[in-house]
Amino acid sequence: MTSEDVRRAITRIAHEVLERNHGLDGVALVGMQTGGVPLAGRLAAELERIEGTAVPLGTLDATFYRDDIGLRPLIPEAVTDISFDLSGRTVVLVDDVLFTGRTVRAALNALTDYGRPRAVQLAVLVDRGHRELPIRPDYVGKNLPTARHELVDVSDSGVDLGTVDRGGQR
Amino acid sequence: MKHLLAVADLGTEGIEEVLRVTDSFVEVSSRAIPKVPALRGKTVVSLFYENSTRTRLSFETAARRLSADTMNFTAPTSSVSKGESLRDTVETIEAMGIDAVVVRHGSAGVPQRIASWIDASVVNAGDGWHEHPTQALLDCYTIRQRRGSLEGLRIAVVGDVKHSRVARSDVAAFALLGADVTLVAPPTLLPPSLEGWPVTVSHDLDAVLPKVDVVYVLRLQNERMTEALLPSLREYTASYGLTRRRADLLPDDALVMHPGPMNRGVEIAADVAALAGSVITTQVANGVAVRMAVLYLLLGSGQDLAG
Repeated sequence: MTSEDVRRAITRIAHEVLERNHGLDGVALVGMQTGGVPLAGRLAAELERIEGTAVPLGTLDATFYRDDIGLRPLIPEAVTDISFDLSGRTVVLVDDVLFTGRTVRAALNALTDYGRPRAVQLAVLVDRGHRELPIRPDYVGKNLPTARHELVDVSDSGVDLGTVDRGGQR
Repeated sequence: MKHLLAVADLGTEGIEEVLRVTDSFVEVSSRAIPKVPALRGKTVVSLFYENSTRTRLSFETAARRLSADTMNFTAPTSSVSKGESLRDTVETIEAMGIDAVVVRHGSAGVPQRIASWIDASVVNAGDGWHEHPTQALLDCYTIRQRRGSLEGLRIAVVGDVKHSRVARSDVAAFALLGADVTLVAPPTLLPPSLEGWPVTVSHDLDAVLPKVDVVYVLRLQNERMTEALLPSLREYTASYGLTRRRADLLPDDALVMHPGPMNRGVEIAADVAALAGSVITTQVANGVAVRMAVLYLLLGSGQDLAG
């Protein structure tokens, strides 16, 4: 995907969020640290451009809820910042790449410590397959078939498939 | 790193790593449900051969907020009173399947000995006059929180340096983070030799106070004084106590710190603890988050804490 493709995908996802939720009433965005945070910011800006109202925006670090603690480092600058009450809201979790689903599982547990959302929806820029848990995204920028050892690189210049072998872990 | 025994083991990088991770746990502690599952299934034992309120409760709170199980050992109510040796006690506890031991003991070096006997992680929660590293970490965190950094700050450590493990750990940590440390104490309450200490020494508190960013008041440790080191408590207060009059000499934005428990009216005036610059209760609150960071880094993160 080029950066233009990413921009179009975000615009489409914004419209899908509005269509699914009949507007922005009760909707909040939460970006997952670290890749989902800039995307959530862009999605929030797009929603505001279309609807003319601001949408509550937070960030979530699910490190302490992972089932593979110790296998990946903590990024201390990546902290949770949810300054609004989640209870009763429809929370759209935003991440860059959906892979095994384990990060999303951890994020769902983390979210419940902040309140009880009415519903949680999942928006991802890239769904690369290889799910290990029964998790399915509600909004997808692009379905990208990958091999397990491949690396999906999301940056300002778009989305690329890398060849760096990280042992299938993400 | 597997154990936290002394500040020097961490080095500058290790201290900064703990302080960075502490930020995440300050956020966790501010939540409606201040608990994360990071150390689920781990067991942390507090092994206290000396009295303690804040350190023991602080470690236990930290372990529970990380979802670890905690066990509690205090010497007077245990088989120690039947004559069990330290080594037997420790090996018995380890046989129950534990992941970390938090140790406080009246003799310097006990945590190091325990670390050589068992496989679990050992955290020094104060050993004799030697070290109290988590106190130093929470003090550094508190100062950094208020002043951004310790680099170039002038810190006066006042009082009973001789008997103080807090002073030894704090001086080491403050110096590693670039602060300029002055010890202010009567000659009888300084260690016999200050060789290798990165400090300057003064005996005139009134002259030091106007020039400091932080004044760290130590507890006068009457229970460790085996000889007459002071003419009287009243004379000590007159020369080295942070009285109300002396607190007025401090710059407006200076911080007043104390590791607790306070002897109000001896080393610190009762109302000084309530001054705007006092961060004494903040120190206690940060203590839980700092100890969460230490336990997480030793047991949960898979990261190497060695600096």
